[in-house]
Amino acid sequence: MDGFLLQILNGLDKGSAYALIALGLTLIFGTLGVVNFAHGALFMIGAFCAVTLQRFLSLSYTVEDPTQKDFLGNPLKVETPYVESWFGPEVGSTIIDWSVPLAILLAIPVMVFLGLVMERGLIKHFYKRPHADQILVTFGLAIVLQEIIKYYFGANPIQTPAPDALSGVANVGAIVGMELLYPVWRIVYFCFAVLIIFGVFAFLQFTTFGMVVRAGMADRETVGLLGINIDRRFAIMFGVAAAVAGLAGVMYGPINPPNYHMGMDFLVLSFVVVVVGGMGSLPGAVLAGFMLGILESFASTTWATTTIPGINQIIIYLVAIIVLLARPRGLMGRKGVMED
Amino acid sequence: MFGLDKKDTTLLLVVATLTILAPFLLNPFPTASGMAQFNAGYPDLMQRFVIFGIFAIGFNILFGLTGYLSFGHAAFLGVGSYAAVWMFKLFTYNVIPAIIMAVIIAGIFSLLIGFISLRRSGIYFSILTLAFAQMSFALAYSVLSNPKFNLTNGETGLQVYADDPQRFHHDGLPDLPHLFGLSMRSTYTMDVGAWSFDFNAGYYLCAAIMLGVFYLAVRIFRSPFGMMLRAVKSNQTRLNYTGLNTRPYTLAAFVISGMYAGLAGGLLAAMDPLAGAERMQWTASGEVVLMTILGGAGTLIGPILGAGFIKYFENIFSKINDNVLHQWFSFMPDGIENFMVFIVHPFVGKGWHLTLGILFMLVVIFLPGGLVDGGQRIGKWLRSRRGQKEDKTSGTTTPAE
Repeated sequence: MDGFLLQILNGLDKGSAYALIALGLTLIFGTLGVVNFAHGALFMIGAFCAVTLQRFLSLSYTVEDPTQKDFLGNPLKVETPYVESWFGPEVGSTIIDWSVPLAILLAIPVMVFLGLVMERGLIKHFYKRPHADQILVTFGLAIVLQEIIKYYFGANPIQTPAPDALSGVANVGAIVGMELLYPVWRIVYFCFAVLIIFGVFAFLQFTTFGMVVRAGMADRETVGLLGINIDRRFAIMFGVAAAVAGLAGVMYGPINPPNYHMGMDFLVLSFVVVVVGGMGSLPGAVLAGFMLGILESFASTTWATTTIPGINQIIIYLVAIIVLLARPRGLMGRKGVMED
Repeated sequence: MFGLDKKDTTLLLVVATLTILAPFLLNPFPTASGMAQFNAGYPDLMQRFVIFGIFAIGFNILFGLTGYLSFGHAAFLGVGSYAAVWMFKLFTYNVIPAIIMAVIIAGIFSLLIGFISLRRSGIYFSILTLAFAQMSFALAYSVLSNPKFNLTNGETGLQVYADDPQRFHHDGLPDLPHLFGLSMRSTYTMDVGAWSFDFNAGYYLCAAIMLGVFYLAVRIFRSPFGMMLRAVKSNQTRLNYTGLNTRPYTLAAFVISGMYAGLAGGLLAAMDPLAGAERMQWTASGEVVLMTILGGAGTLIGPILGAGFIKYFENIFSKINDNVLHQWFSFMPDGIENFMVFIVHPFVGKGWHLTLGILFMLVVIFLPGGLVDGGQRIGKWLRSRRGQKEDKTSGTTTPAE
């Protein structure tokens, strides 16, 4: 029983990442009808927002401390981050420690801006072109974004640790009276993902803006004829989708140190998630994301890998193939989406 | 000639001449000169030109004719490589059985994958092929290399070891892939003045095979079967409504292009008896898509051009470093020179992929027909300009349409 719960928990953090990226992909696909191969790159850029903020906060100046000597007898050089000298050592080091959660504040404007620029500058011109062209141009964009990040940050993974207070292990089984140890940050990530997912759904469901967007997803032409500038709203939704992917990336840093190709690794799986969930269905994307994450974690248990070697590597693809053949529209797909 | 019309025959002859004379054409600069780094006439690179040309020609039969965008073609390339290396390991270093085996295995593999993937079209097809390729990659990389059943040798890559059976290998034969005793690495170097030209056995084998399969591709393009595939691209629904089942045609195209990929993989292994899982990764699939689009999807010569273009510039751009850049811009004042080097630096050397990505985006945005289309447009523009000049001299004007 313990093991069972633990596997579900293990699946949740990866599942959260899948769900968030797939949610953004579906938002873009449902509104603009564009298949965005650069979405993984947005996830990666989100993660590098955290890296950038961390580096920026740790910028330091060096002073010679004459009271202390290093091993050669010279005055010891002490590096003090600017933040510590401005806010005092206590507050300053706390700020640096919390740089990953703080990066959310940086990532939201950056990602929304990037999303809007992408949509207005590039993808806008591809609405009337075939899907293959959309795939190709966003694929090219993904390569470019990835290589730019590689140029500035190098090819190696960069550590972005979680704040000390959240980097330990907690006994999450205490609620149900069991011993179940689990990293705190992963629980934080899961809660964060759930929060964002609810936020996006509430935004679409309970605001006028969201209502118009939903109407536009159902019938773009009619909404346009009613005198509503639906293109502008869809462009904003692109920005929102980019921000969702970016935030998923920011918070993923402490779980897996970001490197330049993390986006592509996640993108392939997120596409599979979208297809399993049903193209154009937001609840489907979220459901399939968590489901496949948990399934993957169950397939990684020793029992599963000894029964069928390597099942953990291919389980998601296998499920996708079976789902596509048995239910071609995916779990919650609507009729008439991408059927041509 | 060969059952082709005049235009296609000319094209085939031009391609044949270019590939045969490639060792001369690709080495235009004397060996000792500063421009020698732009020479591309060494065996390894020339082999890559034609092998990836074959890969792209095959991909074009699927994508260019039927419009089905496969993102998993590298899987067939990888399978072909593995099959060829296994032939080397078990039987003989002779390349002929290895290449035949590579084509057959890749054909069977693509039949399986195509049978499932082709149930869906459009974006679903792309994602399905991508999923299959990633699955094959994951399998080859980890699962199929366990000690009990080592099919792929995992991260190290499959290679031939001294204790392999090699049933038909005997002492007189070279310990390298060979064609009835002629080693694939044997190279004849011809020195003419300051120039030196390499004639490599492996290259000419690849070139001959490339010409053969190129001819086959031309025949497919011009056949009723090819027309059928084009019809699938332009309006599949309509074909279905006329009572035609398109699945056998698309599946045939898929298998043919998979076999081309397997052939390319087999040749890669024949030139260098090694097969690694990274050949199956989706980046490799992306590369062949880039080649085909860049050259011009749906055209005969486009994929070969694209493959040559990408492989050539990959090689050249990767070699340019800051010293070379400083040499280039040395005629400028110091400040501007450093500035120019600073600007160009991210795009060369290790940054080649950045250049490739930008170039690819530009082609997709502004020139969906690829390089071939660009060439035709320039040709048309020149002709119309010449036409205008003649018009002016003769004093007549054509009414605007």
